[in-house]
Amino acid sequence: MKKRSKPKRSAKNIKFKKESDLPPTAISLADTMNNKTGKWRSTKPVIDHGRCTSCMICWKFCPDASIEIVEGKPRINHDYCKGCMICAEECPIKAINIEKEKK
Amino acid sequence: MKKVLTGNHAVSYGAKLARAQVIAAYPITPQTEVVEKLSEMVASGELKARFIKVESEHSAMAASIGASAAGARSFTATSSQGLALMHEMLHWATGARVPVVMANINRAMGPPWNIWSDQTDSLAQRDTGWLQFYCENNQEVLDTVIQAYKICEKVSLSGMVMLDAFYHSHTSEPIDIPDQSLIDKFLPPYDPKYKLDVNNPHTFGGLTGPEWYYELRYKIQKAMDKAVEVIKDVGKEYGKITGREYGLIEEYRTEGAETLLITSGAIAQTAKDAVDTLRKRRKKTGLVRVRTFRPFPKDDIKKAVSKVKIAGVIDRNISLGNEGIFFQEIKSALYNEKKRPSIYGYIAGLGGRDVAVDEIIEIAENLPKQSSKKELIWVGAKI
Repeated sequence: MKKRSKPKRSAKNIKFKKESDLPPTAISLADTMNNKTGKWRSTKPVIDHGRCTSCMICWKFCPDASIEIVEGKPRINHDYCKGCMICAEECPIKAINIEKEKK
Repeated sequence: MKKVLTGNHAVSYGAKLARAQVIAAYPITPQTEVVEKLSEMVASGELKARFIKVESEHSAMAASIGASAAGARSFTATSSQGLALMHEMLHWATGARVPVVMANINRAMGPPWNIWSDQTDSLAQRDTGWLQFYCENNQEVLDTVIQAYKICEKVSLSGMVMLDAFYHSHTSEPIDIPDQSLIDKFLPPYDPKYKLDVNNPHTFGGLTGPEWYYELRYKIQKAMDKAVEVIKDVGKEYGKITGREYGLIEEYRTEGAETLLITSGAIAQTAKDAVDTLRKRRKKTGLVRVRTFRPFPKDDIKKAVSKVKIAGVIDRNISLGNEGIFFQEIKSALYNEKKRPSIYGYIAGLGGRDVAVDEIIEIAENLPKQSSKKELIWVGAKI
């Protein structure tokens, strides 16, 4: 008979000895940058830098602060952009293209 | 130093003495003067704090939580509909275990629009995990704001201090303002173990599944249990420096009492006059004033109330479809006691209706004649 492998360490088999060992609320040792929410996206905004005038309206409107300014130009950080397309909607010259995210 | 202050300004001076560092509030009658005074204090430099103007009470509470999570002592004040708008954020403060202190001026919920005293606004927040203190006079208001910081910071929970609209908020009383040096010794700067820090980033309150949410709620309940002792200890310590000691409940002329009146807030002060008159008439009536509603002082209530045969609870609030909220909770605390009195509930003073000394005397005198067929009595209803 095969030896059973040891159960993996999971939340279910952790037990604290003292109540005070458990922190008062859920605390992650990392900041939220570790949580790459861009994976949720189904549509992807892509800036056409040939037409972009760097007016920064997209940067101002991004509700998730996922548009950065790099060398005076807006750059979408696709690690965090959830694809809401507010930037594309607000761009006055329609220089942000909407691409379908490949699954 | 003695000053003549309204209840609202007593709140402001309390927050100032506690050295609140961040104040975020939105004005609402009858709370406005609390914030006006604090903004004056911040503008003149008398209080070294950051005053954040916000667009709603929801944001006021969110900003207070954020400031507290960053390790600052934060303060806000509201009333009625404003408190209702904060509801979601009240749960947030508890779950995040931040010690925000807030003053709520008890004001009736509308419609019909009413700006007068009624406790239903704060009692509707009873399950949010906030400590709740109901004050009897303006001196207690100032004293409780200061104590609330010490208590809340010790148990990592938020607390609200209640005063009655107009009976307290706009009524002036002579108030002893303790020396800042005394309060500084009593209440050292807030220094939490866990806080937001850009140099050491953490994420707080993230997604927590069924594996741990349960335990975190258990911890909050334990903190509430601990608060019972902390409130007593802090009340005693405050008594040592100011001569004014506070507990979870206050017993007034209960020695040898056969009937008891139980109430809270401004009505308690009127009820004390009623008890004095009744005692002069050789009626053995005493008063229990409930000061702390959360944590609910079960043991103190059991001890004080089980001595008598009959008690009446006067509520300036109502859980519509059931009965007065203090009435429910007091009955529930006594249910498993072998010796417990008959208890009747009185709804009085909703929407700021005056509750006069004579009415309270009448309640006490008629108590022995009440029958269990009618547990809930409306005082002075014109219908």
